[in-house]
Amino acid sequence: MRSFAYVSAPDVATAVRAIASEPRAKFIGGGTNLVDLMREDIEQPETVVDISGIALTGVEELPGGGLRIGALVRNSHLATHPLVRSRYPVLAQAILTGASAQLRNMATVGGNLLQRTRCPYFYDLAAACNKREPGSGCDALGGFTRNHAVLGASESCIATHPSDMCVALAALDAVVEVESVRGVRRIPLVGFHRLPGDSPHVETEIAADEMVTAVELPALPVAATSRYRKVRDRASFAFALVSVAAALEVRDGTVAAVRLALGGVAAKPWRAHEAERLLLGAAPTEESFRLAAAAELAPAVAQPHNTFKIELAQRSIVAVFRQLLAEGGAA
Amino acid sequence: MRVNGAVRSLEVEPRVSLLDALRDHLGLTGTKKGCNQGACGACTVLVDGERINSCLALAVQYAGREVVTIEGVAADGQAHPLQEAFIRNDGFQCGYCTSGQICSAIGMLAEHRAGVPSAVTEHLAADVELSAAEIRERMSGNLCRCGAYNGIVESIQDVASGDPGDHDVPETVR
Repeated sequence: MRSFAYVSAPDVATAVRAIASEPRAKFIGGGTNLVDLMREDIEQPETVVDISGIALTGVEELPGGGLRIGALVRNSHLATHPLVRSRYPVLAQAILTGASAQLRNMATVGGNLLQRTRCPYFYDLAAACNKREPGSGCDALGGFTRNHAVLGASESCIATHPSDMCVALAALDAVVEVESVRGVRRIPLVGFHRLPGDSPHVETEIAADEMVTAVELPALPVAATSRYRKVRDRASFAFALVSVAAALEVRDGTVAAVRLALGGVAAKPWRAHEAERLLLGAAPTEESFRLAAAAELAPAVAQPHNTFKIELAQRSIVAVFRQLLAEGGAA
Repeated sequence: MRVNGAVRSLEVEPRVSLLDALRDHLGLTGTKKGCNQGACGACTVLVDGERINSCLALAVQYAGREVVTIEGVAADGQAHPLQEAFIRNDGFQCGYCTSGQICSAIGMLAEHRAGVPSAVTEHLAADVELSAAEIRERMSGNLCRCGAYNGIVESIQDVASGDPGDHDVPETVR
């Protein structure tokens, strides 16, 4: 690993001042992604600003029933929190399917939001990658594409976003709070990550000098009946081929509230607006679930090795809704 | 930082991992370097009682913290019950992953006692029985290339249940 200067920031004000004055600086929280990328020489910060000691580690109930989650809450602590487990079970489940227990004990909420793709061509310095080196090309196109995107990809990049937690947050209408010396901004999670277009190296809406300080979840009664399903090549400790975060509430024989997001299929956690639109007010039948899933995946474009993802995503959506219906979505 | 109960002061470059600080600067070579990218768990240590991958931890970030490595799990010369159980149940062959497995299992049992759920826990609100499936999921961050998983799971089950586990050990090797 290249050497770098190290600054430990005791509070947010110091952290954002440090990053504002050092254009080649990076924040470090748990380090589970950044340390690996620095060791691989993909990230080369000249200064690392350590924010892991800042007291953004609380999970607080908001007036009205939402939650405010500090950016430095460890993934394991968030998944274990009683209010997350009871009000937003999809979030606890999503986090618990991600990584390993050791990594979840280190990784922070803010770092999870900002983690980078695990596309093997991004990691391979000998390969062309528009995300790592803009304009160099994409060796994933025409390469081994089993794990790549089927929605929202471009001719520049077909990488997927690796997070499970973010898929649940996308379904839950989460809002990300960021801060810099210029002030505080709030960005809806569904607009936080970007599709690649012709600039896949720009992955989020956050500016280089901004720091994630919190994630807020609104009060969302439908989330009490929610689930996360992850399909992967190993039973544990593997990234998703396809994942589904869903919540369902049925009243008087029709869908009264629904949330749906997909993972493993795009460069961002994919909120399934079209499927939600079709399901809201519909009868909660196998047929409705199937039609909604088909409509959401209709724009999908497969690569040579991931055609299966389009059907797998649809079946996974139907399976999760079927399970939610059986579990009490029909309260 | 405190390592295995003793204050150890050291000065390292910011790029030095906790793993390298322990092994190369403090001479505690019980903690192993496997993949050096957070995938194998051989480097697992306990920090303030929680298990982490020391290969992805910068040592500077852990100043002042309480670190326990495999060298620190025995008490008063008495092997940790998990160490005894791994020997009894053939929980290893080559032994390279073992220190990480044992530190991870210590952290895992503490998580279970604190009511932490896992990805295979059906009801998030309920107390979880530590079945073999739960143990396998909770230990999935520790790989064993020799494939001693059955012995590892049995060892952890023995300790979790308080079973001394010597019932199926032949007299000759007891």
